[in-house]
Amino acid sequence: MTGDDLRAAVAAGVLRSEEGHRELLRSIVEVARAIFHARAASIFLLDEERDELVFEAIAGEGSDSLVGTRFPSSTGIAGWVLVTRQPLVLDDVSEDPRFAKDAAEATGFVPKGLMAVPLLHEERALGVLEVLDRPARPGAALEDVELLGLFAAQAAIALDLLQAARRARTALEGSGADLETVARLAAAIDGLEDEQRAVGLELLASLDKLLGNESRAAGPPGSPVPRP
Amino acid sequence: MSAAERTEPLPAWSLPAGAEKGIELAVEWPAEISREWAWGGSTGRGVRVCILDSGIEPDHSSVGPLAGAVAVVRGEDGEITIEPDEEGDLCGHGTACAGIVRSLAPECELFSVRVLGAGYTGSGPVLVAGLRYAIENGFDVVNMSLSTTKRDLAESLHELADLAYFQKTMLIASAHNLPVESFPWRFASVLSVGSHDRAEPLDFFYNPEPPVEFFARGVDIDVAWLQGSSLRCTGNSFATPHMTGICALVLGSHPELTPFQLKSVLYLTATNMIGLR
Repeated sequence: MTGDDLRAAVAAGVLRSEEGHRELLRSIVEVARAIFHARAASIFLLDEERDELVFEAIAGEGSDSLVGTRFPSSTGIAGWVLVTRQPLVLDDVSEDPRFAKDAAEATGFVPKGLMAVPLLHEERALGVLEVLDRPARPGAALEDVELLGLFAAQAAIALDLLQAARRARTALEGSGADLETVARLAAAIDGLEDEQRAVGLELLASLDKLLGNESRAAGPPGSPVPRP
Repeated sequence: MSAAERTEPLPAWSLPAGAEKGIELAVEWPAEISREWAWGGSTGRGVRVCILDSGIEPDHSSVGPLAGAVAVVRGEDGEITIEPDEEGDLCGHGTACAGIVRSLAPECELFSVRVLGAGYTGSGPVLVAGLRYAIENGFDVVNMSLSTTKRDLAESLHELADLAYFQKTMLIASAHNLPVESFPWRFASVLSVGSHDRAEPLDFFYNPEPPVEFFARGVDIDVAWLQGSSLRCTGNSFATPHMTGICALVLGSHPELTPFQLKSVLYLTATNMIGLR
């Protein structure tokens, strides 16, 4: 494991990874729904390993029980948005029989209209955010697309950070009990008050020195000293 | 004298003394380029338009007959092949684009190259292969309401975009307003399109502050969708086929135009061109 991996793994140790992930997804769809006064909002994340979109969260109308449902990554409207990186606004979607069936299976209800935007961070497409049945605001369609794009960009940054933490946690768990101990120690020190924290870090630095890492004990890049 | 009428090819990189006569340009350009000159009476007849998208539903009443349809398919070993498309449209978007082009240029030839359906993972190489196929097959206009954020594809796409530009294939691509770099719409050899919210399908604006070069109708458009249905849509991906349709009209009247000349005609006939209206 490299120094970078170790730092990431230890950082992951101080994040409540799984719980934090759920909270963030829930928050994204809740805020998206509130911004647009929509009937519902939902989020699909890309599972790159299986090349599928996973229905991860919904706010407003719809069924939580469908969370976890999977779709091929490049079919349907969400798939088109993901692959083409283009936002879409569609109204009267219930007129499309195939869409109506897919939507009912995905969310538990058939919306009349939707806005869908890709969640992009740097080169990566993380998933698709959909806002369902927002009230029409005549003359504001382009403004709404702009706003949705801004919100999606912010959501994508947060998701990217959290996914990095999840990957690091997976690496951590795969590395055995020794790293978990380091991560737990880091989390414990991170939770201390300033003065105690300084003492804790000093103790770790001394321990590192004792173990023969004197030259790195001051914390240069690659140092195993946990400074979350 | 047109290029086809020249008896001796010019050297590739220079113009020797006395060779000026060999590159005399057509003199039919009027003093003022009007929309009437640009596409008056044109139906897009004779212009071959390729829709690089999710496929096109055959026999949709708003689209009419297709001149052909292929799918870019990625095998399990990653090998990419071009096959006749038996599945039609996997989303509805390609059908929507085709319907918009047809509404503006009713007699153009429409051809579908489906680049959707290979999964997210395979989408980049499939997009490049689909674009290469379209250019090799010499379409006059290629509608690309799509983009990629993958940097390692940028070079291939850039080379293809320049190849298209110099062999008289006009690539028309959707811009997007998301704060990430994406391709190919940013390339200068591509005609990039954003949206305006006016209702007139032939209204389009030249943007004096690129990289987005033109704005076309992209808000509240009634479009063809799956299984004979129609939807009302908004987005740059619907503005793009408006520019494609307008290009098909211009090329129907003036098939000799290169992408450089076609862009110039669009600039001179844009709705915001001073004095036009």
